[in-house]
Amino acid sequence: MAERYSDRQPPPITRSAVLRLLPPAARHVLRGAPSVLATAGDALGLSLSMPACRASVNATLAALWLAPDERLLLGEDASAADTSSRIAQALGDQAHSLVDVSHRQLGLAISGPHAVTVLASGCPLDLDRSAFPVGMCTRTVLAKAEIVLWRIADDDFHLEVWRSFAAYVSGLIAEAGRELALPDLAVASSDRAT
Amino acid sequence: MLLITCPYCGTRPELEFAYGGQAHVARPQDPAAVGAQDWADFLYMRDNTRGVHAERWRHTHGCGRFFNALRDTRSDQFLGIYRVGESAPALPPDAPKEVP
Amino acid sequence: MSGAFRAAAGGSVDRSRPLRFRFDGASFTGLAGDTLASALLANGVHLLGRSFKYHRPRGLLAAGAEEPNALVTVRRDQARCTPNLRATQVELYEGLEAHSQNRWPSLAFDIGAINDLLSPLFPAGFYYKTFMWPRRAWKTLYEPFIRAAAGLGRAPSEADPDRYGNRYAHCDVLVVGAGPSGVAAAVAAGAAGARVILCDEQAQFGGSLLSDPDQPPAAWLAASLASLRSNARVTLLPRSTAFGYFPHNLVALNQRLTDHLHDPASVQPRERCWQVRAREVVLATGAIERPLVFPGNDRPGIMLAAAARSFLNRYAVIPGRRVVLITACDEAYRAALELHQAGSAIAMIGDLRARAVGPWAEAARTAGLPVQTQCTLLGTGGRLRVSSVRLARLDAQQRLLGRPQIYACDLVLMSGGFTPSVHLHSQSRGKLAWDETVQSFIPAQAAERTRSAGACRGVFSLAAAIQDGSAAGAAAARDAAARDPAAGNAGFAGRAPEPPIPERDASMAGFSGALPQPQAHTGSKAFVDWQNDVTTRDLALATREGFASIEHIKRYTTTGMATDQGKTSNLNALGFVSQRLDKAIAEVGLTTFRMPYTPVTFGSLAGFARGELFDPVRTTPLHDWALRHGAVFEDVGLWKRARYFPRAGEHMHAAVARECRAVRSACGIFDASTLGKIEVVGPDAVTLMNRLYANAWNNLAIGRCRYGLLLREDGFVLDDGVVARTAEQRLHVTTTTGGAARVLALMEDYLQTEWRQLQVWLTSTTEQWAVIALQGPESRRVLQGLVEDIDLSAAALPHMSVARGRICGVPGLLFRVSFTGELGFEVNVPADFALTVWQAIYQAGAPYGMTSYGTEAMHVLRAEKGYIIIGQETDGTVTADDVGLSWAIGRSKPDFVGKRSLARPALSAVDRKQLVGLLTADPNTVLEEGSQVLPAPGQRAPRLPAPRPIGHVTSSYHSPTLDRSIALALIAGGRARIGQTLSVPTAAGEMPVTVTSAVFYDPQGARLNG
Repeated sequence: MAERYSDRQPPPITRSAVLRLLPPAARHVLRGAPSVLATAGDALGLSLSMPACRASVNATLAALWLAPDERLLLGEDASAADTSSRIAQALGDQAHSLVDVSHRQLGLAISGPHAVTVLASGCPLDLDRSAFPVGMCTRTVLAKAEIVLWRIADDDFHLEVWRSFAAYVSGLIAEAGRELALPDLAVASSDRAT
Repeated sequence: MLLITCPYCGTRPELEFAYGGQAHVARPQDPAAVGAQDWADFLYMRDNTRGVHAERWRHTHGCGRFFNALRDTRSDQFLGIYRVGESAPALPPDAPKEVP
Repeated sequence: MSGAFRAAAGGSVDRSRPLRFRFDGASFTGLAGDTLASALLANGVHLLGRSFKYHRPRGLLAAGAEEPNALVTVRRDQARCTPNLRATQVELYEGLEAHSQNRWPSLAFDIGAINDLLSPLFPAGFYYKTFMWPRRAWKTLYEPFIRAAAGLGRAPSEADPDRYGNRYAHCDVLVVGAGPSGVAAAVAAGAAGARVILCDEQAQFGGSLLSDPDQPPAAWLAASLASLRSNARVTLLPRSTAFGYFPHNLVALNQRLTDHLHDPASVQPRERCWQVRAREVVLATGAIERPLVFPGNDRPGIMLAAAARSFLNRYAVIPGRRVVLITACDEAYRAALELHQAGSAIAMIGDLRARAVGPWAEAARTAGLPVQTQCTLLGTGGRLRVSSVRLARLDAQQRLLGRPQIYACDLVLMSGGFTPSVHLHSQSRGKLAWDETVQSFIPAQAAERTRSAGACRGVFSLAAAIQDGSAAGAAAARDAAARDPAAGNAGFAGRAPEPPIPERDASMAGFSGALPQPQAHTGSKAFVDWQNDVTTRDLALATREGFASIEHIKRYTTTGMATDQGKTSNLNALGFVSQRLDKAIAEVGLTTFRMPYTPVTFGSLAGFARGELFDPVRTTPLHDWALRHGAVFEDVGLWKRARYFPRAGEHMHAAVARECRAVRSACGIFDASTLGKIEVVGPDAVTLMNRLYANAWNNLAIGRCRYGLLLREDGFVLDDGVVARTAEQRLHVTTTTGGAARVLALMEDYLQTEWRQLQVWLTSTTEQWAVIALQGPESRRVLQGLVEDIDLSAAALPHMSVARGRICGVPGLLFRVSFTGELGFEVNVPADFALTVWQAIYQAGAPYGMTSYGTEAMHVLRAEKGYIIIGQETDGTVTADDVGLSWAIGRSKPDFVGKRSLARPALSAVDRKQLVGLLTADPNTVLEEGSQVLPAPGQRAPRLPAPRPIGHVTSSYHSPTLDRSIALALIAGGRARIGQTLSVPTAAGEMPVTVTSAVFYDPQGARLNG
């Protein structure tokens, strides 16, 4: 009977030129002491002992540092059971918390030459590459919503958004992007400045 | 909007933080043994410092950690940041002194 | 073509692009590059507005942001209608339509001008003195009159259809002001490799240089701007006013994007608010020329000398044909020379000073212009435009030297010297210091990482200002680079005073206060604050009445207040008060400069946060299904929840009654997904719950649930919810919808700060799980065929238990819980599968009378059972015992949050309000929630003017099950009053009510077991 329900139904979002919905994923929040995270990382084949606010990735999984004792693990939708059983096996009775949050949130990609500008419409962080390099990830805010922001490449960001905030976040990105359909106003008007 | 340095994530805008009130107001180990007046003080009485104030912040929309900060309430400048369980750092020699 | 007063050559207007516009209905033509002010002047229009209080005719005083008089409304259509714009800042576009303000029926003939004749009745503080009595006349008479007579423009009547944007920006060096020193600072900082933002309120960069006819500075400006434009790390923001300086170097800019366009594209935001976080700030905000205070100084045609230079040199407009100048500084001589060159006659240059020896004064004399020193101005003539002035010479004892002379003129220029614009420095909490040389306040110690450069710190000469800006820009870039970005502002205790000022130009020091008048001379009104209509008489009155603090005088007279923020008036007011009080200006002090520097639209401040983006609208995975099935929604926090599902022709009352009956008699389905959920995991999970929640948790078996009650440390109820133990080290804690974030934060607080040794972690799963509540006697039968690997029998899955299994093929959690008093289940499935599962259950239930119900029915059903709702029965002052939940308190536990407070005498007082039920004498009367409850009429204390309420109604509904109204109430000593009759005031009179148990239905709870 389960096969009938394999199609996940994400919440509706506002699509726009800079934003697309990422495919359904398996997500876990793993929490525990540094030694526990290190052991789990060995079992998963990627380091969970990264510096603060950095992601580590291998072929199938990404691990995002969210707090000293908290990692967000992202993998393909079908990998959820495998990830949790590998962690459970590796950790045994070591104290930790592993919680499946695959459906709690969804992934959005914001990419292209306007990605930074659009994000800067609602995110108060400095997104210059010197301050927010590729590989950096953090919880932060986009206007009135909390997001996880992860820079995959110079012009490519991965957002994790709680599902009930997805409509708001995508709507805000669309509104911020609408004005950029025009030539970049800040530059264009300064050209007329003299 | 203040800039606050989270001891784990670095300097971030105030939008990511929640204020947590005066620091170092420890919950008594054995509340049942605390007298009525002391318990009322614990519940309700807080300093209203003009000068350097030790206070709690939580990086709510970040790593979620609570930490402590020394802030000069007259200028809003932070004079020190420290983790839960650490004692307050010494003030720099040229730091403004508390005003009675 | 573009006005009779347009000079034949010169200026930076584009003579090939004439623009038509309308002012007060009349058509005019201007040029591209004009402001509304310059275009009107070019057409000989000097009368632009009526003053705030006295409705006196007013023209242009200035040419920039400091203009206090020429406030206009620019109208594109009914909704796009912006009042109170300074005509000097309104860029002309084809078809622009502007209107003057504060006049009726017309600008030239204004009935309100009677206020000017009645002005002895309107002294400073007259609101406070005149409208004291009778008190009730305030509402009906005084306030409407004052509101109608005073005030500036009118707000548009329709919603603003424009878009507004927001942008966060970060830089090493933010330079505010693109005059000579600002441009020099940006060039220097850019050359040092810094990330630079340069902003200016004007459309063109250049500041004072734009009004300078000399060629060498123009060439320097062009080269500098070219260098800035070629630097990719420099962002140039014209039309962007830095209006507010916030802590830790956050500067807010208002960028105007479309107000200058004839036909803005609809996708383009009208304005964008920039929130710029700068490592270092350079303020290069320039200086504003001071008017002179003399009788009749507010007639149209009397303006600042620098404004006249700006109109002439930048816009090629001749502001007058016959000119008198009155000055205390050299700027006026430059204006006189340039106007003379343009063909205007210079009737007289009156200089306040005993000697006029600067290079410009010499040049004026050489050109044959008449100059008088030791001069003062006694009065002016003319009705809607100045037509004459009376000049006199005074000796040091203010005795007349010879007879006063009358000069015919159509333009009077005045120059009292320049006041540095220290608004932003002051907003940043930086200190100001009185400077004797420039006779002004200039920035002293900074409180932020900011420095001032150029005229805004008294460096007036062009070469020195450029040098000062360049040094400031280089130093700012150096300091920004030296700072560890991770260090933030920690340890910064303000910057020492600015470096020594390189060069002083004493001739710019000028004058402040009122011009000396001959002894016993009483002239007409001499204005200090043009925008707020404050005269020397008002200030004199204030000092006479004993006001000595400038802060008090400001509020009493309104000088320097409101949108103008004293740009042209502050120093003259101070100078005048210092003369009256015989104290030095530095001792009189200075009032605080408030943001915004110039007015900012609400749209810009709101940014994206309007309409659908005002707040996040949170919806559940089942929202669309509810929408399709006609649900009416209600807001619960940010969530939209289905309130009821009306069928065709049904009103709320009927729909809710039908939904309730379905649950009691068959089966109802309800979306409870918004409930907060927290996964508590770790070896110390139960220990944490024991310490936090009031209940005892040790004996909660795996697979069982318990009602959890969370108190605050002060003993009052904070939140509640069902807690399930799903594994040895794993608890599934539910919270109220509104309490989810608050409870999680509280748990984290204790865990991180008080009980750090506990090995347990919290993860929010509110949105992981969709919760489908299935309630009613048929609910087990409905579920029976949909559940694999879970035994639904009462023995295997009793009330308050939980099982893991597949529901409709989806792995989830099945709770046997009830918030209705009926046999009930709550199906938890991962959110993306919620709709599929819901639809399958709904279909399977159809033969049994399955009915979807909303929050309203849920409220009625739980009230029939006396179940409380946090925030409805509780309000932060209610204990567990008050609401009948003392059974949930684990009294044998040594400690839990709130336990100590329960021992406080006040929390167990016998007269505390307790939750009871109320039954109205008339079963059809549904009480208002929040109604006060009174003793019965015969039981009231005598001699009290009104009976004291003894409680209030917390919940009140029509109960379809009992077919009558029911109410829950908190009543003093309520449980001891069961059976008594009390009284509740209603709109129709007092309603007798009988106190009952809070449980109206099935008090034994038999129905929970189906």
